[in-house]
Amino acid sequence: MDLLIAAAKAGDRQAFEDLVRQTYLDTYNLALRLTANEEDARDVVQETYLRAWKGIRRFRGDAQFTTWLYRITANAASTYLSRRRRQRTEPLDTIHDMEDRRTEARPEEAAESAADLAQVAVALNGLAPKLRAVVVLKDVYGLAHEAIGAELGISVTAAKVRLHRGRKQLREELDDMLARSARAV
Amino acid sequence: MRYDDVADLLPQLADGPEGASPEVAAFVESDLRSQAELARYRRLIRSLQLLRNHLVEPAPGLLAQIIAALELPDSRARILTARRMVYAGAVGGVAAGAAATAVVLMRRRMSLAGSVG
Repeated sequence: MDLLIAAAKAGDRQAFEDLVRQTYLDTYNLALRLTANEEDARDVVQETYLRAWKGIRRFRGDAQFTTWLYRITANAASTYLSRRRRQRTEPLDTIHDMEDRRTEARPEEAAESAADLAQVAVALNGLAPKLRAVVVLKDVYGLAHEAIGAELGISVTAAKVRLHRGRKQLREELDDMLARSARAV
Repeated sequence: MRYDDVADLLPQLADGPEGASPEVAAFVESDLRSQAELARYRRLIRSLQLLRNHLVEPAPGLLAQIIAALELPDSRARILTARRMVYAGAVGGVAAGAAATAVVLMRRRMSLAGSVG
């Protein structure tokens, strides 16, 4: 990947397109987690790569290329969702059967049941977009609070507050889901 | 100190005791309910980390859309344009298939008519 990055930085668009091929699935999944909507995620991914291509010369290699892309994705999704909220007011809750269509699984996941993870994904999707963005970026993708604050246009303190509030709401929602399923049985 | 005094701090303490006062840290360490809650928060965080590996396959055409958008000259509308191009390509493919089928059917009908005549 380093050779491709160097070539792309030198203006080789074919090299950049190869980078797109290697990373777009991951980028799409982050965009999908952030927007909770497949169409929006596709637009965010395109915007992400347009920005990445424009800015690749500024990529210094301090962080991994994928982390750099995550930051651009977070910023693009934040801008996109803000713009969309101004245009319409419908809820952002349209991820369909996400967990049924997963394409890969790692051995360590055997410890967690698929049902548990599916419930977490549903609960995550139910969070308010501002809380969900921070939880996704920190707890799912491992970005630092400083990076999250910078890309979402909020302070580090606000990022931490949103993370903790988001975790608390997730816990409460998962408890509710558990109680509902127990009542159903 | 009681559990209710620390309950709101537990989502933060799940990352470690840094930032908590010594009194809070000592209470949480000795309180069974706080420990149980902390364990549940840590399990939640572990599950969230695992979600990263649960990849959802996008609907076909996304890669082509991204590449098409990169190839267009700078424009605010190029994302939309790229989407239309991919869509038009798909529609064009279907139309070409339909036209080819029509030609085959017409030829077959003409040859049948010729053999009858």
